[in-house]
Amino acid sequence: MTFTIPIDNGDALKNAETDSQRTLYPYVTGTSIVAIKYKDGVLMASDMGGSYGSTLRYKNIERVKAIGKHSLLGASGEISDFQEILRYLDELVLNDNMWDDGNSLGPKEVHNYLTRVMYNRRNKFNPLWNTLVLGGVKNGQSYLGMVSMIGVSFEDNHVATGFGNHLARPILRDEWHADLSFEDGVKLLEKCMRVLLYRDRSAINKLQIAKITEEGVTVSQPYSLKTFWEFQAFHNPTAGAQGSW
Amino acid sequence: MFRNQYDTDVTTWSPTGRLFQVEYAMEAVKQGSAAIGLRSSSHVVLACVNKAQSELSSHQKKIFKVDDHIGVAIAGLTADGRVLSRYMRSESINHSFTYESPLPVGRLVVHLADKAQVCTQRSWKRPYGVGLLVGGLDESGAHLYYNCPSGNYFEYQAFAIGSRSQAAKTYLERRFESFADSSREDLIKDAILAVRETLQGETLKSSLCTVSVLGVGEPFHFLDQEAIQKMIDTFEKVPEEEEGEAEVAAPAEQGGGADGLGDQDVAPMEM
Repeated sequence: MTFTIPIDNGDALKNAETDSQRTLYPYVTGTSIVAIKYKDGVLMASDMGGSYGSTLRYKNIERVKAIGKHSLLGASGEISDFQEILRYLDELVLNDNMWDDGNSLGPKEVHNYLTRVMYNRRNKFNPLWNTLVLGGVKNGQSYLGMVSMIGVSFEDNHVATGFGNHLARPILRDEWHADLSFEDGVKLLEKCMRVLLYRDRSAINKLQIAKITEEGVTVSQPYSLKTFWEFQAFHNPTAGAQGSW
Repeated sequence: MFRNQYDTDVTTWSPTGRLFQVEYAMEAVKQGSAAIGLRSSSHVVLACVNKAQSELSSHQKKIFKVDDHIGVAIAGLTADGRVLSRYMRSESINHSFTYESPLPVGRLVVHLADKAQVCTQRSWKRPYGVGLLVGGLDESGAHLYYNCPSGNYFEYQAFAIGSRSQAAKTYLERRFESFADSSREDLIKDAILAVRETLQGETLKSSLCTVSVLGVGEPFHFLDQEAIQKMIDTFEKVPEEEEGEAEVAAPAEQGGGADGLGDQDVAPMEM
């Protein structure tokens, strides 16, 4: 049996009625994912928010999930598309397990499968509106990669999606190094998430950090970061701006 | 096997529960010229006898590269073998494209076996008349499989198919326990010696055989004639003499002597 890449009716563009069936804009979205390789594997952080436009509507969404034995998938963007992707991967992992032959899909294989799916959907002008982060460990090798909604795909030692690209990656470029310990890795991720919390309007103060090593996946319980608001500039916010604004 | 009233159709069972057309297809494999495969824990060697139809023609290609990590040797209707090799290459490349990772050989042989099974259950098809020795790597190391026209497949430490393969099998049966830990060189030597067994006394020359190797860290490739001849020279110092290890099967074992054209009633398409 071969794995078919899930694609839908390509005639959507020709028929105006079915036009509404292709993705035009996202509705319920998740914000950044930040992930790094560390000594024993990969660490991935995300908050638990689902925004409905500018409303922080859902506050208990898990945006990082385990895939098979060796991988972790985090997603930002449209939550329903993420759930759809999880279904595809569920089928993929199920078929892989049914072989029962000692071979298993590693993070590289899952990453490439997702790249094919995302790129194919983009070519049909019906994208899955997500940026995906795929991390994992297999046979001692750590793997961390990203796929965007237009099918751009690459691997790196540290990745971030959405706002994370602008706010977290500069921190990671300066402070990431190979063989981070677990504690240092978590501290680094928390530093990035704190900046995102201060500056990203769609971030909420409820995050999870997931860890994947050769042994398997652990997703932490949700927790909050300490924040500091007693900066001088916040004490009298209108000091420098007299008038109705 | 004799003609009977249940052997016209592949979709007709005999009263004793046999599908004669499938069994006849397996006969076609036995008529082809020999192909041999053996494996250690890290390498697989495929070797075959090359016999050209006449001095004017080139010999039939019987070993195919499917991917860097999979090769196949065939015996029987070589046209069927060529088509199945193309199918295997296609499956392998499609998997690589989607997953950027080599297709595990164990999964490829199941696809192949399923394809063969279809032809045993359609009245408008016939079974493939070719046996395939598939050697390849997957996560658990090196593997050798034999795919049969019946749609069955088996895993082997070493195997030989085609005409006079029994001589090679006898040789392999005596040695197979050591293959798992064999070095690459010893494995190749054993393959060539097994090929020699099928030649029934005819002098072993590098022009008569094709040898291919693949292994962990070594992509599939053919050994060139010089390398094969060098290996032959290490154990066959004098062409006429048979050296120690090789068991000399009785010269008159099977019909169709050691002449270049093989059995007289083998159809030209089968080699």
